Amino acid sequence: MKVYEKIIEKLIIVCAIVSTISVVLITIFIFKSGLPILLKYGVIDFIFGSTWSPTNGHYGILPLIAGTLSVTLGALIIGVPMGIASAIILSEILPVRIARIFKSAIELLAGIPSVVYGFFGLIVLVPAIRTLILPIVQLVDPKATTTGFSLFAGAVILAIMILPTIVSISENAIKAVPREFREASLALGANKMETIVRVIIPAAKSGIIASIILGMGRAIGETMAVILITGNMPKVPGGVLDSVATLTGTIAMEMGYADPTHQQALFAVGIILFLIIMVLNAIAQLSAHGFRRND
Amino acid sequence: MKKILIIGLTLALALGTLTACGGKTGPPSTGLTGKVVVAGSTSVQPLSEELAAAFMAANTGVTVEVQGGGSGVGIKAAQEKIADFGASSRELKPEEKALISNEYVIAKDGVAVILDPANSVTDLTLDQIKQIFTGKITNWKEVGGADATIVVVSREEGSGTRGAFVEITKVSEKDAAGKAIDNTTKNALVQPSTGAVKQTVASTPNTIGYVSIGALDKTVKAIKVSGIDATEANVLSGTYKISRPFLYLSNGTLSPAAQAYLDFVLSVEGQTIVAKDFIPVK
Repeated sequence: MKVYEKIIEKLIIVCAIVSTISVVLITIFIFKSGLPILLKYGVIDFIFGSTWSPTNGHYGILPLIAGTLSVTLGALIIGVPMGIASAIILSEILPVRIARIFKSAIELLAGIPSVVYGFFGLIVLVPAIRTLILPIVQLVDPKATTTGFSLFAGAVILAIMILPTIVSISENAIKAVPREFREASLALGANKMETIVRVIIPAAKSGIIASIILGMGRAIGETMAVILITGNMPKVPGGVLDSVATLTGTIAMEMGYADPTHQQALFAVGIILFLIIMVLNAIAQLSAHGFRRND
Repeated sequence: MKKILIIGLTLALALGTLTACGGKTGPPSTGLTGKVVVAGSTSVQPLSEELAAAFMAANTGVTVEVQGGGSGVGIKAAQEKIADFGASSRELKPEEKALISNEYVIAKDGVAVILDPANSVTDLTLDQIKQIFTGKITNWKEVGGADATIVVVSREEGSGTRGAFVEITKVSEKDAAGKAIDNTTKNALVQPSTGAVKQTVASTPNTIGYVSIGALDKTVKAIKVSGIDATEANVLSGTYKISRPFLYLSNGTLSPAAQAYLDFVLSVEGQTIVAKDFIPVK
Protein backbone atom coordinates (compact mmCIF):
# COMPACT_ATOMS: atom_id res chain seq x y z
CA MET A 1 0.00 0.00 0.00
CA LYS A 2 1.26 3.44 -0.85
CA VAL A 3 2.10 5.87 1.94
CA TYR A 4 -0.52 8.43 1.02
CA GLU A 5 -3.21 5.77 1.05
CA LYS A 6 -2.25 4.94 4.62
CA ILE A 7 -2.38 8.61 5.57
CA ILE A 8 -5.80 8.99 4.03
CA GLU A 9 -6.99 5.87 5.80
CA LYS A 10 -5.81 7.27 9.16
CA LEU A 11 -7.47 10.60 8.38
CA ILE A 12 -10.76 8.89 7.67
CA ILE A 13 -10.54 6.97 10.94
CA VAL A 14 -9.86 10.20 12.83
CA CYS A 15 -12.89 11.84 11.19
CA ALA A 16 -15.10 8.92 12.13
CA ILE A 17 -13.86 8.98 15.72
CA VAL A 18 -14.32 12.75 16.05
CA SER A 19 -17.88 12.64 14.78
CA THR A 20 -18.78 9.75 17.06
CA ILE A 21 -17.20 11.45 20.06
CA SER A 22 -19.09 14.68 19.29
CA VAL A 23 -22.39 12.84 19.32
CA VAL A 24 -21.52 11.14 22.61
CA LEU A 25 -20.30 14.39 24.21
CA ILE A 26 -23.39 16.32 23.15
CA THR A 27 -25.60 13.57 24.52
CA ILE A 28 -23.71 13.50 27.83
CA PHE A 29 -23.86 17.30 28.05
CA ILE A 30 -27.60 17.47 27.45
CA PHE A 31 -28.32 14.73 29.95
CA LYS A 32 -25.94 16.16 32.55
CA SER A 33 -27.53 19.62 32.28
CA GLY A 34 -31.13 18.45 32.22
CA LEU A 35 -31.29 15.35 34.40
CA PRO A 36 -31.02 17.04 37.84
CA ILE A 37 -34.22 19.04 37.41
CA LEU A 38 -35.95 16.12 35.73
CA LEU A 39 -35.27 13.93 38.78
CA LYS A 40 -36.00 16.70 41.29
CA TYR A 41 -39.28 17.72 39.67
CA GLY A 42 -40.30 14.13 38.91
CA VAL A 43 -40.22 12.56 35.46
CA ILE A 44 -43.97 11.85 35.45
CA ASP A 45 -44.85 15.38 36.61
CA PHE A 46 -42.50 16.82 34.02
CA ILE A 47 -43.84 14.85 31.08
CA PHE A 48 -47.53 14.79 32.01
CA GLY A 49 -47.83 18.13 33.80
CA SER A 50 -50.23 20.38 31.93
CA THR A 51 -48.74 23.76 32.96
CA TRP A 52 -45.56 25.14 31.43
CA SER A 53 -44.75 28.27 33.40
CA PRO A 54 -41.08 28.29 34.41
CA THR A 55 -41.21 31.68 36.15
CA ASN A 56 -43.81 30.20 38.49
CA GLY A 57 -41.90 26.94 38.93
CA HIS A 58 -44.29 24.81 36.86
CA TYR A 59 -42.43 22.63 34.40
CA GLY A 60 -45.15 20.44 32.86
CA ILE A 61 -44.35 19.88 29.20
CA LEU A 62 -47.44 17.96 28.11
CA PRO A 63 -48.69 21.01 26.13
CA LEU A 64 -45.34 21.25 24.35
CA ILE A 65 -45.26 17.54 23.53
CA ALA A 66 -48.84 17.78 22.27
CA GLY A 67 -47.85 20.82 20.19
CA THR A 68 -44.84 19.15 18.59
CA LEU A 69 -46.65 15.89 17.87
CA SER A 70 -49.79 17.55 16.49
CA VAL A 71 -47.89 19.90 14.20
CA THR A 72 -45.71 17.04 12.96
CA LEU A 73 -48.69 14.75 12.42
CA GLY A 74 -50.49 17.53 10.55
CA ALA A 75 -47.44 18.09 8.35
CA LEU A 76 -47.26 14.37 7.57
CA ILE A 77 -50.99 14.13 6.78
CA ILE A 78 -50.64 16.97 4.28
CA GLY A 79 -47.09 16.34 3.08
CA VAL A 80 -46.84 12.56 2.69
CA PRO A 81 -49.62 12.01 0.12
CA MET A 82 -48.46 15.08 -1.80
CA GLY A 83 -44.85 13.97 -1.69
CA ILE A 84 -45.45 10.39 -2.75
CA ALA A 85 -47.83 11.49 -5.50
CA SER A 86 -45.20 13.91 -6.79
CA ALA A 87 -42.54 11.20 -6.69
CA ILE A 88 -44.74 8.84 -8.71
CA ILE A 89 -45.68 11.44 -11.27
CA LEU A 90 -42.04 12.52 -11.67
CA SER A 91 -40.63 9.04 -12.12
CA GLU A 92 -43.44 7.11 -13.80
CA ILE A 93 -45.81 9.38 -15.64
CA LEU A 94 -44.24 12.62 -16.87
CA PRO A 95 -41.84 12.63 -19.84
CA VAL A 96 -38.25 12.87 -18.56
CA ARG A 97 -37.60 16.38 -19.87
CA ILE A 98 -40.63 17.92 -18.16
CA ALA A 99 -40.06 15.87 -15.02
CA ARG A 100 -36.58 17.36 -14.74
CA ILE A 101 -38.01 20.88 -14.57
CA PHE A 102 -40.51 19.91 -11.86
CA LYS A 103 -37.86 18.04 -9.95
CA SER A 104 -35.42 20.91 -9.82
CA ALA A 105 -38.24 23.20 -8.71
CA ILE A 106 -39.07 20.88 -5.82
CA GLU A 107 -35.42 20.50 -4.89
CA LEU A 108 -35.11 24.26 -4.84
CA LEU A 109 -37.55 24.21 -1.92
CA ALA A 110 -34.90 22.45 0.16
CA GLY A 111 -32.50 25.35 -0.30
CA ILE A 112 -34.81 28.02 1.15
CA PRO A 113 -33.86 28.91 4.75
CA SER A 114 -36.50 27.96 7.28
CA VAL A 115 -36.88 31.52 8.56
CA VAL A 116 -38.03 32.50 5.06
CA TYR A 117 -40.73 29.83 5.19
CA GLY A 118 -41.72 31.18 8.57
CA PHE A 119 -41.86 34.73 7.30
CA PHE A 120 -43.93 33.65 4.29
CA GLY A 121 -46.28 31.86 6.67
CA LEU A 122 -46.51 34.91 8.91
CA ILE A 123 -47.27 37.35 6.11
CA VAL A 124 -49.41 35.17 3.82
CA LEU A 125 -50.73 32.08 5.56
CA VAL A 126 -51.61 33.45 9.01
CA PRO A 127 -53.82 36.30 7.69
CA ALA A 128 -55.31 33.94 5.07
CA ILE A 129 -56.39 31.50 7.76
CA ARG A 130 -58.03 34.34 9.67
CA THR A 131 -59.81 35.93 6.73
CA LEU A 132 -60.49 33.01 4.35
CA ILE A 133 -60.56 29.75 6.30
CA LEU A 134 -62.15 30.96 9.53
CA PRO A 135 -65.42 32.12 7.83
CA ILE A 136 -65.76 28.64 6.26
CA VAL A 137 -65.23 26.95 9.63
CA GLN A 138 -67.72 29.36 11.19
CA LEU A 139 -70.46 28.08 8.86
CA VAL A 140 -70.23 24.80 10.76
CA ASP A 141 -69.29 26.10 14.20
CA PRO A 142 -70.37 29.75 14.63
CA LYS A 143 -68.37 30.07 17.86
CA ALA A 144 -65.05 29.20 16.21
CA THR A 145 -62.37 31.85 16.49
CA THR A 146 -58.71 32.05 15.55
CA THR A 147 -55.98 34.63 15.14
CA GLY A 148 -54.45 32.61 12.32
CA PHE A 149 -51.44 31.71 14.49
CA SER A 150 -52.27 28.03 14.63
CA LEU A 151 -51.42 24.37 14.47
CA PHE A 152 -52.83 24.39 10.94
CA ALA A 153 -50.47 27.16 9.78
CA GLY A 154 -47.53 25.25 11.25
CA ALA A 155 -48.61 21.97 9.64
CA VAL A 156 -49.01 23.54 6.18
CA ILE A 157 -45.61 25.25 6.23
CA LEU A 158 -43.87 22.15 7.61
CA ALA A 159 -45.58 20.03 4.95
CA ILE A 160 -44.03 22.23 2.26
CA MET A 161 -40.68 22.08 4.02
CA ILE A 162 -40.57 18.27 4.17
CA LEU A 163 -41.71 17.88 0.54
CA PRO A 164 -38.22 17.91 -1.02
CA THR A 165 -37.02 15.19 1.36
CA ILE A 166 -40.00 12.95 0.72
CA VAL A 167 -40.09 13.54 -3.03
CA SER A 168 -36.42 13.01 -3.78
CA ILE A 169 -35.89 9.93 -1.61
CA SER A 170 -39.18 8.30 -2.69
CA GLU A 171 -38.38 9.06 -6.31
CA ASN A 172 -34.99 7.38 -6.00
CA ALA A 173 -36.63 4.36 -4.41
CA ILE A 174 -39.22 4.14 -7.19
CA LYS A 175 -36.57 4.54 -9.87
CA ALA A 176 -34.57 1.72 -8.26
CA VAL A 177 -37.42 -0.75 -8.85
CA PRO A 178 -36.10 -3.08 -11.58
CA ARG A 179 -37.48 -2.55 -15.08
CA GLU A 180 -38.46 -6.22 -15.24
CA PHE A 181 -41.10 -5.67 -12.55
CA ARG A 182 -42.87 -3.11 -14.72
CA GLU A 183 -42.53 -5.17 -17.86
CA ALA A 184 -43.80 -8.34 -16.17
CA SER A 185 -46.77 -6.51 -14.71
CA LEU A 186 -47.68 -4.91 -18.04
CA ALA A 187 -47.19 -8.21 -19.84
CA LEU A 188 -49.65 -9.86 -17.46
CA GLY A 189 -52.27 -7.37 -18.63
CA ALA A 190 -52.16 -4.81 -15.79
CA ASN A 191 -52.58 -1.20 -16.89
CA LYS A 192 -50.22 1.61 -15.83
CA MET A 193 -52.14 2.63 -12.69
CA GLU A 194 -52.42 -0.96 -11.53
CA THR A 195 -48.71 -1.45 -12.11
CA ILE A 196 -47.88 1.63 -10.03
CA VAL A 197 -50.21 0.86 -7.15
CA ARG A 198 -49.81 -2.92 -6.97
CA VAL A 199 -46.23 -3.46 -8.08
CA ILE A 200 -44.00 -0.40 -7.97
CA ILE A 201 -45.10 1.17 -4.69
CA PRO A 202 -44.92 -2.12 -2.75
CA ALA A 203 -41.48 -2.77 -4.24
CA ALA A 204 -40.27 0.71 -3.25
CA LYS A 205 -41.92 0.57 0.18
CA SER A 206 -38.81 0.66 2.36
CA GLY A 207 -37.40 3.67 0.50
CA ILE A 208 -40.70 5.50 0.77
CA ILE A 209 -40.89 4.76 4.49
CA ALA A 210 -37.32 6.01 4.91
CA SER A 211 -38.32 9.26 3.18
CA ILE A 212 -41.25 9.67 5.57
CA ILE A 213 -38.99 9.05 8.59
CA LEU A 214 -36.51 11.68 7.43
CA GLY A 215 -39.32 14.14 6.68
CA MET A 216 -40.76 13.52 10.13
CA GLY A 217 -37.36 14.16 11.67
CA ARG A 218 -37.15 17.49 9.92
CA ALA A 219 -40.68 18.43 10.99
CA ILE A 220 -40.06 17.60 14.66
CA GLY A 221 -36.76 19.46 14.73
CA GLU A 222 -37.89 22.55 12.82
CA THR A 223 -37.78 25.60 15.05
CA MET A 224 -37.64 29.00 13.40
CA ALA A 225 -40.56 28.70 11.00
CA VAL A 226 -42.72 27.23 13.73
CA ILE A 227 -41.95 30.00 16.24
CA LEU A 228 -43.14 32.60 13.75
CA ILE A 229 -46.49 31.06 12.88
CA THR A 230 -47.90 28.80 15.61
CA GLY A 231 -48.45 31.51 18.25
CA ASN A 232 -46.39 29.63 20.87
CA MET A 233 -49.26 29.20 23.34
CA PRO A 234 -48.27 26.45 25.78
CA LYS A 235 -51.69 24.81 25.90
CA VAL A 236 -52.92 21.44 24.64
CA PRO A 237 -54.72 22.34 21.38
CA GLY A 238 -58.46 21.65 21.12
CA GLY A 239 -58.60 21.98 17.33
CA VAL A 240 -56.47 22.64 14.28
CA LEU A 241 -57.10 26.38 14.42
CA ASP A 242 -55.79 26.63 18.00
CA SER A 243 -52.38 28.08 18.73
CA VAL A 244 -49.68 25.67 19.95
CA ALA A 245 -46.14 25.79 21.33
CA THR A 246 -43.55 23.19 20.36
CA LEU A 247 -40.62 21.68 22.25
CA THR A 248 -37.97 23.14 19.93
CA GLY A 249 -39.68 26.53 19.70
CA THR A 250 -39.89 26.86 23.48
CA ILE A 251 -36.19 26.03 23.92
CA ALA A 252 -35.17 28.55 21.28
CA MET A 253 -37.41 31.35 22.56
CA GLU A 254 -36.70 31.05 26.25
CA MET A 255 -33.01 30.07 26.41
CA GLY A 256 -31.70 33.63 26.08
CA TYR A 257 -33.45 35.10 29.08
CA ALA A 258 -33.71 32.00 31.24
CA ASP A 259 -32.54 31.99 34.86
CA PRO A 260 -30.46 28.96 35.99
CA THR A 261 -33.31 26.61 36.95
CA HIS A 262 -35.29 27.58 33.88
CA GLN A 263 -32.22 26.80 31.74
CA GLN A 264 -31.94 23.35 33.29
CA ALA A 265 -35.62 22.80 32.54
CA LEU A 266 -35.01 23.72 28.90
CA PHE A 267 -32.21 21.16 28.75
CA ALA A 268 -34.64 18.63 30.24
CA VAL A 269 -37.03 19.54 27.40
CA GLY A 270 -34.09 18.74 25.11
CA ILE A 271 -33.75 15.31 26.71
CA ILE A 272 -37.43 14.56 26.10
CA LEU A 273 -37.11 15.75 22.48
CA PHE A 274 -34.06 13.51 22.10
CA LEU A 275 -36.01 10.52 23.45
CA ILE A 276 -39.09 11.24 21.31
CA ILE A 277 -36.98 11.31 18.15
CA MET A 278 -35.16 8.11 19.15
CA VAL A 279 -38.43 6.28 19.89
CA LEU A 280 -40.06 7.46 16.64
CA ASN A 281 -37.00 6.44 14.64
CA ALA A 282 -36.95 3.04 16.31
CA ILE A 283 -40.66 2.50 15.59
CA ALA A 284 -40.23 3.63 12.00
CA GLN A 285 -37.21 1.43 11.45
CA LEU A 286 -38.90 -1.59 13.00
CA SER A 287 -41.92 -1.11 10.77
CA ALA A 288 -39.66 -0.76 7.74
CA HIS A 289 -38.03 -4.07 8.64
CA GLY A 290 -41.48 -5.60 9.09
CA PHE A 291 -42.47 -4.54 5.59
CA ARG A 292 -39.28 -5.88 4.15
CA ARG A 293 -39.89 -9.27 5.74
CA ASN A 294 -43.37 -9.42 4.20
CA ASP A 295 -42.00 -8.87 0.73
CA MET B 1 -15.25 30.79 -12.09
CA LYS B 2 -14.21 29.14 -8.82
CA LYS B 3 -10.91 31.00 -8.86
CA ILE B 4 -12.65 34.33 -9.26
CA LEU B 5 -14.92 33.45 -6.37
CA ILE B 6 -12.00 32.51 -4.16
CA ILE B 7 -10.10 35.67 -5.01
CA GLY B 8 -13.22 37.72 -4.37
CA LEU B 9 -13.82 36.09 -1.00
CA THR B 10 -10.18 36.53 0.03
CA LEU B 11 -10.34 40.19 -0.89
CA ALA B 12 -13.56 40.65 1.05
CA LEU B 13 -12.03 39.01 4.12
CA ALA B 14 -8.84 41.03 3.82
CA LEU B 15 -10.84 44.25 3.56
CA GLY B 16 -12.88 43.16 6.56
CA THR B 17 -9.72 42.79 8.67
CA LEU B 18 -8.46 46.15 7.48
CA THR B 19 -11.64 47.93 8.53
CA ALA B 20 -11.63 46.11 11.86
CA CYS B 21 -8.11 47.39 12.51
CA GLY B 22 -8.89 50.85 11.18
CA GLY B 23 -10.10 52.16 14.52
CA LYS B 24 -6.91 51.20 16.31
CA THR B 25 -4.25 52.64 14.01
CA GLY B 26 -3.83 56.16 15.41
CA PRO B 27 -2.00 56.76 18.67
CA PRO B 28 -4.28 56.24 21.72
CA SER B 29 -5.64 59.67 22.55
CA THR B 30 -6.09 59.05 26.26
CA GLY B 31 -3.27 56.61 26.79
CA LEU B 32 -5.83 54.04 27.93
CA THR B 33 -5.60 50.61 26.31
CA GLY B 34 -7.45 47.33 26.67
CA LYS B 35 -10.64 45.54 25.83
CA VAL B 36 -14.05 45.78 27.47
CA VAL B 37 -16.68 43.09 26.87
CA VAL B 38 -20.36 43.82 27.43
CA ALA B 39 -22.71 40.85 27.04
CA GLY B 40 -26.36 40.16 27.74
CA SER B 41 -29.85 41.55 27.24
CA THR B 42 -30.89 42.13 23.65
CA SER B 43 -32.96 45.13 24.84
CA VAL B 44 -29.81 46.80 26.17
CA GLN B 45 -27.64 45.73 23.21
CA PRO B 46 -28.50 48.53 20.73
CA LEU B 47 -27.90 51.13 23.45
CA SER B 48 -24.59 49.50 24.49
CA GLU B 49 -23.48 49.50 20.86
CA GLU B 50 -24.08 53.23 20.50
CA LEU B 51 -22.36 53.97 23.79
CA ALA B 52 -19.43 51.75 22.83
CA ALA B 53 -19.01 53.46 19.46
CA ALA B 54 -18.93 56.91 21.06
CA PHE B 55 -16.53 55.73 23.78
CA MET B 56 -14.17 54.12 21.28
CA ALA B 57 -14.13 57.28 19.17
CA ALA B 58 -12.77 59.20 22.17
CA ASN B 59 -10.50 56.39 23.46
CA THR B 60 -8.91 54.86 20.40
CA GLY B 61 -6.77 52.50 22.47
CA VAL B 62 -9.77 50.67 23.91
CA THR B 63 -11.98 48.15 22.14
CA VAL B 64 -15.50 47.68 23.51
CA GLU B 65 -17.11 44.48 22.36
CA VAL B 66 -20.91 44.27 22.65
CA GLN B 67 -22.57 40.86 22.58
CA GLY B 68 -26.22 39.82 22.89
CA GLY B 69 -27.64 36.60 24.31
CA GLY B 70 -30.31 37.79 26.72
CA SER B 71 -30.46 38.93 30.34
CA GLY B 72 -29.83 35.38 31.60
CA VAL B 73 -26.66 35.20 29.55
CA GLY B 74 -25.60 38.64 30.79
CA ILE B 75 -25.98 37.68 34.44
CA LYS B 76 -24.05 34.46 33.89
CA ALA B 77 -21.33 36.27 31.95
CA ALA B 78 -20.82 38.73 34.81
CA GLN B 79 -20.81 35.98 37.45
CA GLU B 80 -18.28 33.90 35.58
CA LYS B 81 -16.24 36.98 34.59
CA ILE B 82 -16.61 36.08 30.90
CA ALA B 83 -17.57 39.69 30.32
CA ASP B 84 -16.54 42.88 32.12
CA PHE B 85 -20.18 43.90 32.22
CA GLY B 86 -23.23 41.69 32.03
CA ALA B 87 -26.28 43.57 30.74
CA SER B 88 -29.74 42.87 32.13
CA SER B 89 -33.07 44.46 31.30
CA ARG B 90 -34.71 43.19 34.46
CA GLU B 91 -34.06 43.29 38.21
CA LEU B 92 -32.04 40.32 39.46
CA LYS B 93 -33.60 37.52 41.44
CA PRO B 94 -32.10 36.93 44.90
CA GLU B 95 -30.31 33.71 43.83
CA GLU B 96 -28.79 35.52 40.84
CA LYS B 97 -27.20 38.21 43.00
CA ALA B 98 -24.80 35.62 44.45
CA LEU B 99 -21.62 36.47 42.55
CA ILE B 100 -22.56 39.95 41.41
CA SER B 101 -20.61 42.59 43.35
CA ASN B 102 -21.98 45.69 41.62
CA GLU B 103 -25.18 46.69 39.82
CA TYR B 104 -25.20 49.94 37.85
CA VAL B 105 -28.47 51.36 36.52
CA ILE B 106 -27.43 52.90 33.19
CA ALA B 107 -30.85 53.82 31.82
CA LYS B 108 -34.57 53.32 32.24
CA ASP B 109 -37.10 52.14 29.73
CA GLY B 110 -40.85 52.50 29.66
CA VAL B 111 -43.10 49.69 28.48
CA ALA B 112 -46.02 50.83 26.31
CA VAL B 113 -49.28 48.90 26.00
CA ILE B 114 -50.16 48.62 22.32
CA LEU B 115 -53.31 47.80 20.32
CA ASP B 116 -53.92 47.32 16.63
CA PRO B 117 -54.62 50.75 15.09
CA ALA B 118 -58.23 49.92 14.24
CA ASN B 119 -59.18 49.43 17.90
CA SER B 120 -61.31 52.26 19.32
CA VAL B 121 -60.06 51.90 22.91
CA THR B 122 -57.57 54.66 23.85
CA ASP B 123 -57.19 54.48 27.60
CA LEU B 124 -57.02 51.66 30.14
CA THR B 125 -56.35 51.72 33.86
CA LEU B 126 -53.56 49.59 35.36
CA ASP B 127 -56.25 47.40 36.88
CA GLN B 128 -58.04 46.90 33.55
CA ILE B 129 -54.71 45.95 31.96
CA LYS B 130 -54.16 43.46 34.76
CA GLN B 131 -57.66 41.96 34.30
CA ILE B 132 -57.06 41.64 30.55
CA PHE B 133 -53.64 40.01 30.85
CA THR B 134 -54.80 37.61 33.56
CA GLY B 135 -57.76 36.58 31.39
CA LYS B 136 -60.55 37.99 33.64
CA ILE B 137 -61.67 40.50 31.01
CA THR B 138 -61.98 38.73 27.66
CA ASN B 139 -64.12 41.04 25.55
CA TRP B 140 -63.30 44.55 24.35
CA LYS B 141 -66.88 45.73 25.14
CA GLU B 142 -66.10 45.33 28.87
CA VAL B 143 -63.57 48.17 28.61
CA GLY B 144 -65.54 50.40 26.24
CA GLY B 145 -64.57 48.89 22.90
CA ALA B 146 -66.35 46.84 20.24
CA ASP B 147 -67.93 43.44 20.93
CA ALA B 148 -64.93 41.27 20.10
CA THR B 149 -62.77 38.75 21.91
CA ILE B 150 -59.52 40.19 23.25
CA VAL B 151 -56.38 38.50 21.91
CA VAL B 152 -53.55 38.86 24.41
CA VAL B 153 -50.02 38.90 22.99
CA SER B 154 -47.26 38.31 25.52
CA ARG B 155 -43.48 37.82 25.53
CA GLU B 156 -41.78 34.51 26.27
CA GLU B 157 -41.12 33.28 29.82
CA GLY B 158 -38.00 34.93 31.27
CA SER B 159 -38.10 37.99 28.99
CA GLY B 160 -36.98 41.18 30.75
CA THR B 161 -39.82 43.16 29.19
CA ARG B 162 -42.34 40.59 30.39
CA GLY B 163 -40.79 40.50 33.86
CA ALA B 164 -41.06 44.27 34.22
CA PHE B 165 -44.56 44.44 32.69
CA VAL B 166 -46.18 41.74 34.84
CA GLU B 167 -44.58 43.08 38.01
CA ILE B 168 -45.72 46.67 37.53
CA THR B 169 -49.23 45.83 36.30
CA LYS B 170 -49.58 43.29 39.16
CA VAL B 171 -50.31 40.52 36.63
CA SER B 172 -47.66 38.86 38.75
CA GLU B 173 -48.54 38.77 42.44
CA LYS B 174 -46.95 37.27 45.51
CA ASP B 175 -48.65 34.17 46.82
CA ALA B 176 -49.05 33.26 50.52
CA ALA B 177 -45.44 32.04 50.66
CA GLY B 178 -44.15 35.37 49.32
CA LYS B 179 -43.20 33.94 45.92
CA ALA B 180 -44.13 36.03 42.88
CA ILE B 181 -46.54 34.19 40.59
CA ASP B 182 -46.95 35.32 36.97
CA ASN B 183 -50.67 35.01 36.24
CA THR B 184 -50.54 35.83 32.52
CA THR B 185 -53.47 34.07 30.87
CA LYS B 186 -52.75 30.72 29.27
CA ASN B 187 -54.67 31.92 26.22
CA ALA B 188 -51.99 34.45 25.31
CA LEU B 189 -50.09 34.25 22.05
CA VAL B 190 -46.38 34.28 22.83
CA GLN B 191 -43.89 36.11 20.61
CA PRO B 192 -40.15 35.94 21.18
CA SER B 193 -39.11 39.53 20.45
CA THR B 194 -40.20 43.15 20.55
CA GLY B 195 -40.44 43.20 16.75
CA ALA B 196 -42.56 40.05 16.65
CA VAL B 197 -45.00 41.43 19.23
CA LYS B 198 -45.32 44.65 17.26
CA GLN B 199 -45.83 42.82 13.97
CA THR B 200 -48.44 40.51 15.49
CA VAL B 201 -50.39 43.34 17.12
CA ALA B 202 -50.20 45.51 13.99
CA SER B 203 -51.55 42.78 11.72
CA THR B 204 -54.06 40.96 13.92
CA PRO B 205 -57.40 42.54 14.86
CA ASN B 206 -58.40 42.86 18.54
CA THR B 207 -54.93 42.22 19.93
CA ILE B 208 -53.22 43.82 22.91
CA GLY B 209 -49.50 43.58 23.62
CA TYR B 210 -46.59 45.47 25.17
CA VAL B 211 -43.25 46.74 23.85
CA SER B 212 -40.49 49.11 24.92
CA ILE B 213 -41.41 52.78 24.44
CA GLY B 214 -38.23 53.19 22.37
CA ALA B 215 -39.62 50.69 19.84
CA LEU B 216 -42.99 52.40 19.24
CA ASP B 217 -43.93 53.41 15.70
CA LYS B 218 -47.03 54.16 13.63
CA THR B 219 -47.92 50.53 12.87
CA VAL B 220 -49.40 50.12 16.35
CA LYS B 221 -51.38 52.30 18.74
CA ALA B 222 -49.94 52.98 22.20
CA ILE B 223 -52.72 53.60 24.68
CA LYS B 224 -52.80 55.89 27.70
CA VAL B 225 -52.44 54.14 31.03
CA SER B 226 -54.85 55.69 33.56
CA GLY B 227 -54.95 58.81 31.37
CA ILE B 228 -51.16 59.17 31.04
CA ASP B 229 -49.50 58.98 27.60
CA ALA B 230 -46.68 56.46 27.17
CA THR B 231 -43.87 58.96 26.59
CA GLU B 232 -40.32 59.16 27.87
CA ALA B 233 -41.04 62.45 29.63
CA ASN B 234 -43.85 60.81 31.58
CA VAL B 235 -41.63 57.86 32.54
CA LEU B 236 -38.95 60.23 33.79
CA SER B 237 -41.40 62.30 35.82
CA GLY B 238 -42.76 59.07 37.26
CA THR B 239 -46.38 59.64 36.14
CA TYR B 240 -46.25 56.78 33.60
CA LYS B 241 -46.00 53.73 35.78
CA ILE B 242 -44.79 50.90 33.55
CA SER B 243 -40.97 51.19 33.41
CA ARG B 244 -37.87 49.06 34.06
CA PRO B 245 -34.14 49.54 34.63
CA PHE B 246 -31.30 48.67 32.26
CA LEU B 247 -28.47 47.25 34.37
CA TYR B 248 -24.76 46.70 33.92
CA LEU B 249 -23.52 43.99 36.30
CA SER B 250 -19.97 43.26 37.32
CA ASN B 251 -18.08 40.88 39.55
CA GLY B 252 -14.95 42.07 41.37
CA THR B 253 -12.76 45.06 40.55
CA LEU B 254 -13.10 46.67 37.14
CA SER B 255 -10.13 46.98 34.80
CA PRO B 256 -9.07 50.62 34.15
CA ALA B 257 -10.60 50.41 30.67
CA ALA B 258 -13.88 49.02 32.02
CA GLN B 259 -13.99 51.70 34.74
CA ALA B 260 -13.41 54.39 32.12
CA TYR B 261 -16.23 52.97 29.97
CA LEU B 262 -18.60 52.89 32.94
CA ASP B 263 -17.69 56.48 33.87
CA PHE B 264 -18.39 57.49 30.28
CA VAL B 265 -21.78 55.73 30.24
CA LEU B 266 -22.85 57.52 33.40
CA SER B 267 -21.40 60.89 32.31
CA VAL B 268 -23.45 63.70 30.82
CA GLU B 269 -22.18 62.75 27.36
CA GLY B 270 -23.12 59.08 27.79
CA GLN B 271 -26.53 59.89 29.20
CA THR B 272 -27.20 62.17 26.22
CA ILE B 273 -26.80 59.09 24.02
CA VAL B 274 -29.14 57.18 26.34
CA ALA B 275 -31.69 59.95 25.99
CA LYS B 276 -32.03 59.39 22.23
CA ASP B 277 -34.14 56.24 22.63
CA PHE B 278 -34.37 55.56 26.34
CA ILE B 279 -34.60 57.42 29.60
CA PRO B 280 -31.38 58.73 31.22
CA VAL B 281 -30.81 58.13 34.90
CA LYS B 282 -28.93 61.34 35.66
